[in-house]
Order: sequence, then structure tokens, then C-alpha cells
Amino acid sequence: MSAKRQFRIWRGDETGGDLQDYMVEVNEGEVVLDVIHRLQATDAPDLACRWNCKAGKCGSCSMEINGKPRLGCMTRMSTFGDDETVTVTPLRTFPVIRDLVTDVSFNYEKARETPAFAPPADVAPGDYRMQQVDVERSQEFRKCIECFLCQNVCHVIRDHEENKQAFSGPRYFIRAAELDMHPLDSRTDRKEYAQAEQGLGFCNITKCCTEVCPEHIKITDNGIIPMKERVVDRRYDPLVWLGSKIFRRGETPQTSVTTARQGSATSSGATRGGLHSHAGGSHDQRAEAQAQAGVNWDREVPHPTAPAVDDRGRLPLTELTFDRAAAPSPFGDDVSFPLPPEHLNFAHPDQDDKH
Amino acid sequence: MTTTTRIERHHYDVVVIGAGGAGLRAAIEARLAGKKTAIISKSLFGKAHTVMAEGGAAAAMGNVNSRDSWQVHFRDTMRGGKFLNNFRMAELHAKESPQRIWELETYGALFDRTKDGKISQRNFGGHEYPRLAHVGDRTGLELIRTLQQKIVSLQQEDKREFGSYDARIRVFSETTITELLLDGDRVAGAFGYYRESGEFILFEAPAVVLATGGVGRSYKVTSNSWEYTGDGHALALRAGATLINMEFLQFHPTGMVWPPSVKGILVTESVRGDGGVLKNSEGKRFMFDYVPDVFRKQYAETEEEADRWYTDPDNNRRPPELLPRDEVARAINSEVKAGRGSPAGGVFLDIASRRSADEIRRRLPSMYHQFKELADVDITAEPMEVGPTCHYVMGGVEVDPDSGAAFGHVRGLFAAGEVSGGMHGSNRLGGNSLSDLLVFGKRAGGHAASYADGLSARPKVAVDAVEAAVETALAPLQRDTGESPYTLQQDLQAVMGDLVGIIRREGELADALVRLAELRERVAKVSAAGGRRYNPGWHLALDLRNMLVVSECTAKAALERQESRGGHTREDYPAMEPKWRQVNLVCSLDGDSVRLTRKPLPKMRAELIGLFDRAELAKYLTDEELADFDASVADAGEADNR
Repeated sequence: MSAKRQFRIWRGDETGGDLQDYMVEVNEGEVVLDVIHRLQATDAPDLACRWNCKAGKCGSCSMEINGKPRLGCMTRMSTFGDDETVTVTPLRTFPVIRDLVTDVSFNYEKARETPAFAPPADVAPGDYRMQQVDVERSQEFRKCIECFLCQNVCHVIRDHEENKQAFSGPRYFIRAAELDMHPLDSRTDRKEYAQAEQGLGFCNITKCCTEVCPEHIKITDNGIIPMKERVVDRRYDPLVWLGSKIFRRGETPQTSVTTARQGSATSSGATRGGLHSHAGGSHDQRAEAQAQAGVNWDREVPHPTAPAVDDRGRLPLTELTFDRAAAPSPFGDDVSFPLPPEHLNFAHPDQDDKH
Repeated sequence: MTTTTRIERHHYDVVVIGAGGAGLRAAIEARLAGKKTAIISKSLFGKAHTVMAEGGAAAAMGNVNSRDSWQVHFRDTMRGGKFLNNFRMAELHAKESPQRIWELETYGALFDRTKDGKISQRNFGGHEYPRLAHVGDRTGLELIRTLQQKIVSLQQEDKREFGSYDARIRVFSETTITELLLDGDRVAGAFGYYRESGEFILFEAPAVVLATGGVGRSYKVTSNSWEYTGDGHALALRAGATLINMEFLQFHPTGMVWPPSVKGILVTESVRGDGGVLKNSEGKRFMFDYVPDVFRKQYAETEEEADRWYTDPDNNRRPPELLPRDEVARAINSEVKAGRGSPAGGVFLDIASRRSADEIRRRLPSMYHQFKELADVDITAEPMEVGPTCHYVMGGVEVDPDSGAAFGHVRGLFAAGEVSGGMHGSNRLGGNSLSDLLVFGKRAGGHAASYADGLSARPKVAVDAVEAAVETALAPLQRDTGESPYTLQQDLQAVMGDLVGIIRREGELADALVRLAELRERVAKVSAAGGRRYNPGWHLALDLRNMLVVSECTAKAALERQESRGGHTREDYPAMEPKWRQVNLVCSLDGDSVRLTRKPLPKMRAELIGLFDRAELAKYLTDEELADFDASVADAGEADNR
């Protein structure tokens, strides 16, 4: 059961290159990496391609197959049509070294910048005690095989080379999340670090990283969103910010996602409606001043609401356990767009005439 | 020509060749001893073959069954290795592995837990008690990632102290070492090339730790990655060190045999530990027919007893599916040869009919995932097709058990992990390799550091040796008349797979040696197309001569050893022979050719041999050795009476 199939493979180096056509034998049950190995043994002995385990465990053979970031060893030929041309190109986000091999040192630099596990000072080796349920959350992220496909698809760096300096990427957000959730890690600032040093704020939750993860790690839902939410909770919650401005009170309104105990939070949120603003997250003093100036102080201000929580009073961490499809909206699930104009922090030139 | 070749030079105290578990653990130890340490990784950092280890790391922590102890672990290891192990290595390994595992937790490792929060331990073939610390079925990945992250944390400390991550420990990724350089009989450095650029690199260092793993790429059906070309074995030979036990190769009993693209990929033994059974094409659970006499006492005789063992191991004997690997491999081979194999030439491994789909997915997540993605086979719904696969080489560099220093006439050379020999005897128990990496990685790194400390003057690298190394490395690129390295590798794999495979015969082994000699001529003239920049054909051409010399060692030793033991099965000498247990076969290099000598095994200390029943020893020892044993027992008895 073998047939000749059409392959187009990018050949070249950092000075340039192009797609080259090959007709190559393909047997039943083979994967793309098998075909590349056959090409090396026949038409293209110097075709450069990384690989190691050929079992989806080491994450070496990352490439783009028909434009999709994939592991060559995990892409079965049977997933393509019989006369479909298979196009193989190197990862786009990283500089090409030769053919399908790219310079992924960016990732290793970011790995070195991420603070390591901090062992508890007073626990001797052999005395570590942790419950399975507590280690499982971190274990999900430790499944990562460092294929860097998530780094490759992340829009923040895929299309914006200039962001690489300030942005560590999904692989290192889940490293931070893993350490944050580690039951015995003695550092307490993992989230703040992710926000301040790793560029967590750049991530706009498009979930591309989760989609390409060959280990099916819920990078966005279980790693990035919890990190973002708790960072927001502590430092940047726009509700906290705006609430304190509006009510001119020193005290914090009941919006903290981890302390809210509102019975059926979902329904209460729906009846009260929400109030949301981007201005709260802005670091620009002038923009904040303008936003404040624009507030219509006479309008009826809805109460800040807490997001939906589960029985234990915690945010759902995965879509599986959540009661609705897709991830929670970063604006809150009780908000629909467009927002009613009276909820906007916008000073219309005519607004004073109306009131 | 050589005058125009640019060579990057580096100075280190300790150079560790290999970035798998043993290499990284050795490097950590050398760096902790304050030595400037280089790690040479043939692949990217963190991709080493260690990630493939699924089952776990064996250590007698006694977390699940408190009756476990180092003595029991030692006994299991010696039994598994058919008493050919270096007893001192087996002893050190059994004693030290718990500390090495606990230490990993301080580096951030997250093992699966018991109910009381300790590290969970699972059953595995050949281990009397549940002993393997594990993380689902991706323990190797956890181990490599933990060590990788520990190295990063040491680099972060160095950055704070010296301003540079690379101040005291640096990883040279995608770098291959082609020669060790000597000053007299002392190691002076290592020469190699960056795979990315093809540029040459020279390390001047008084101490080198080999941690290059195994030799599996010389076989057609193998679970090993492309890196496993016996580099460390060959480097050691060429530097004047010796190899032992090279005839012993472990064929993992259950590699995937279908579909063809993943032929050789392993199905972890924990599938059997968790209830999976082996069946032939007639649907018969055949392992009950293959329990050898030496194991009769520990294994169940009926399916009912075997099935009770999973829930009540204290009152029942274990299922025969959990026999040591060589026994299982031989049993499968016999079934297939008798015409009771699966369509693809293996047998069926069935867990689907024995455990619920949920339980399978929970206990064997990556196994489930692997079969689903690679082969579109649902292991919760249908049996797997499995058969023997070249998996591990027990043989390797002959080392001092305590320090890992290589024997032979070379100083400053150390070896740890799969590349070293002796620890596992003729057969390695599952789970013993991950703990082996840690125990002997640490020892080799520490002893390399103190060796470097003890030197009054640094050995010097000779210029002409470097020039010769450059010439050898460039030769395949400068020839265009030779054969393709890929063809040569396929031919080598065919010779080894067909003639020096799992079941061996005298005529075939002799034939193999003739063919290997022919291949040697052809490999000497190999040519690689293309340039120096990331050229896999050139890389393979350079690896071939290592694969070849190591294959010669295996074939020669296999021909010499006229018995069957562990990973060496001779059809013409099917029995285990106590006389042969006293002998290690030692390979060295005499000019270009492999020389084989016999060397007696060290004698086990009385308190260690006293851990075994006389009845058990009788299966392994010669009559003289038994008389000796009886005398020492009598002596001890008299001493007690006095």
C-alpha cells in the first residue's frame, strides 16, 4: 500500500529560500516525519529537520504543515486527501537556520529569566507532603514537551517581532502558573511577576496556543486566565478602581472574585447589570483624568458585580466545569454589547444640555 | 587546509557529554562542587532520550509497602541481572536512590502522591514491592524537566553573583563531540562541532563525564532516538577505556508493531502492572506457560490467583505478565514463531476488556493519548499489537563502581547512565534506569570535580591531535565517490537486526562479523552531500563509525558467550551456565580492531550474598562458589555461638 505523493518543502537559510517540489513514496500508516526521513535517505540527504523520539514526547519536530503548526511525528498522512499536496515550512515566528530548523533560543532565554522553584526553607528532602488533588493542577502544565508551537502561534510575537523583548509567551505563562499553583513553592509573587516582567497583559486570550498544544494543555483556560484574574483581583480590577472613584470611599467594594459570596452570583449579576470600563486599566494619567471628567455623575450607577462562581465560591478554571460554552468573557458574562450609552465614561458635548 | 579552519576554544574544569538524566545530574554535582562545567547536548536542551522513560524511577522508599528496603531492592536488581551485575553498583544504587528521588522534589518535581501525601510508588516487572516513583506515565519527562530547571536555577544564582548565566555552567545545545583529546594517558579535552553552523569547537578540560546513552540506532526496530549511536562507548574505546557486557541488549517485550510508522515505540510495562494481559491469536493468556523455574515461587499459577493479586498483593502471587523483561520478550518471540502471532507479527496486549475506559484513561493517560494520536487505536476499546523492540544496552564503559571513573589506561574519564556498564548485569529491571541516572550521575559528577581538583597541572591538548580530528570530521564532505550514509546505516541495521538480534546463533554471529568488516571498509569511504550548516547527512556519516565499532563489540561478545542469560539468548546454548556467571567479557581497542578479553567478576561481600536463600543461589552459582558460601555461613554461625 504505497503511492507517490506530492510534497512541497521549504529549503533555504536566513539569506532566503523557496518551496521545492518532491514526489515521494508514502506507505500506509505513516506520518509526515516518516516521509521527511525517506526524502533524506533518497532525494535530499542534507534536508535539515529536527527530531528525536518520533512519539510526540520530546517536542523536537515542530513545523508548519499546510500552514498549521504541528509536530511532524504526530501528523498522520491519512489525514490528507490522496491527491493533496503537503506543504511543509519552518516555524514562522523564529529565525530560520536551515530548511525546517529554526533558531528557538528565544524560548531558552525566556526560560532562564523565569524565577525557578523556591523550595520551602523548613522542609527536609523526603518530608515533602502534598495531596494528589493539589499537585494535579501544576502537573497539567508540567506535561509540556516544549515543542514551542504555542510560542509560534502567539499573535503577540508572531506578527510583532518587537514584542519579543517584553513578552515571554504562553509556554512561560504556564510555567509561572505551574509554580504559582505548586503547593510548596515559597515565592508568593508569581502572578505579579508574570504581569510585570513576563508581559502577561499583552495576551488577549485568542486561545491559539491552546488550540495547537499537542499535549492538550488548557493553556488559556487553566493557566493564563487564572493568572490574569488573580492579578486583576489584586491590582488592576477596573471595578475596584472605578468603584473607589465613583463612591469616593476608601473601602473596597465587594468585587473581589475570591471573596465574593453572593449565593447565586450568576443570577444576581444578571438582574443588576454590570458596569465596565477600559479606563480603569490604563496607566495613562491623562486618559484617566479625561475618563473621570467624562463621567455623568447623575446617571444611575449599577452596582459592581462579581463574576459567576461555582459551589466552592471559586472561579471555574476550565470550560468543562463551567456552566456555559466557551471561556468567560474578559468583560464579564453579564455584559452584552453594545453597552448602553449611559454606562459609558464618555462626556458627550451635549450631555449637560439634556440634564 | 587545517590552518584556515576556525575552531572555537573553551576552557572548563568538567565537560559533561550528554544532556539526559545522567549528564544533567553529573553537571549539577560538578557545578555544586564549584567547578566550571560545560554540558554538551546533541539535541536541544531538554529533548534527551530520558523523556521517553514512562514507568518510573525505582527507589526503596517504602511509601506504599513499608516492608520495602534497600536490601530487597538490591536483591531484585541482582536477580533481574541474573547475578552478573557489579554487586557494588547494585548496592550503591539500592541504598542511594531514595535520597536522589527526594532531592528532585527540592528541585521542584511533582510526583504522583499517596493518600498520606507521600510520593506514590507503583508495581513493575521484577520488583517485589511497589517501588517506582512516577508521574502518570511521563516520569522521564518530569525527571529531565526538573533537572533542566535546576540547572536554570543554578544559572540564575550565578547571574546574581557573577553577572552572567553562563559563568559556571553552560549548555552547548546541538553540539556533537567527535573525539576525546589526550595528554599521555590523561584526558585533556574534547573536540566536536556545532550542528547548526558546522563550526568546530574545542573544549580544554581535565575531566570528562560521558553520559551519552545507548546504541539502539544500530537496530532497525528500536525505541531509541537518532542520538543513540553509541558515541560515548566509541569515544571511551578510542581513548583507551574498556567496555564490558556488550553482548547484553535489552529488547523491550512490548513495543508497538502496528502501524509501521511507529514500529518500536514502547508500551510501558505499567499497562501490565495495571491489569493488562498478553494473548496470542487464539485468545489464550499464554504467559502462564513461560514461567521459568527460578521464578516459579513468586508467580501465580492460575488466572484467578493472578487477578486477585492486583487488589490483594500480600496474599496472592503476581501475574506472569510481570516477569522480567527478557522472559516476556522470549515468550512473545516463541508465540510468534509458533504461528500464534497477531497479523503484524506481534501478540495482543489487552487492557480494554479488563479495566473500565475511565480507569485506563486516568492511569495511563499518555499511553492512551499516544495510541489515539499516532495510530488512531483506542486502547480502552481494543487490544494493542506489541512485540520485542531494541530498547537498552546493559553493556558499557567499565567503571569504578564508587566513582564512575573509567577503567583501562585513561585517567580523567568518567561515565554514568546507560553508557556505563555493570550496574544492570545481563538484564535491567524497569525503573532501575531512571534511578541509575541519578545515583551514578551524581557520583560521576562529584568524582570528576574532585579529580580536577587533585591535578597539579592541567593536561595539554596537542595541536596535531586537533588537526587530525578536523581532518576526520571534514572527510565525508570532501569525498563524493563514497556511498550515502543513509544506505550504510540501513545495511548496518539489517546486519544487527537479522544476525545479532534477540535470538542468536553461532553461524549468524560469525557471518555478522564478516559483514561488519565489509561495512567498515565502506564506512571509511562514506561521502555526505551538501555543506557544513545543519547537514543531517554529514552528521550521520560521522556517527556511523561509532555505531560500527560498538556493533563489532556486541557481535564479538555475543559470539564468545556460550550461554543464554538476560539480554543475551543463544539458540545453540539455551541454558544459563554458572561458569559463565563468573566472567565479564571486556572489549578494548587494539589499533583499529576490537580485542575481547575475559575478566572474573568481583566477589560479592559476605553480608550481601547472605541476603539470598541458598536455594536461590544454587540456580546461579557454581558448586565451588556454593561450597564457599556454605563455609562463610558456617563461619558466621560459629562466630555467633562464641
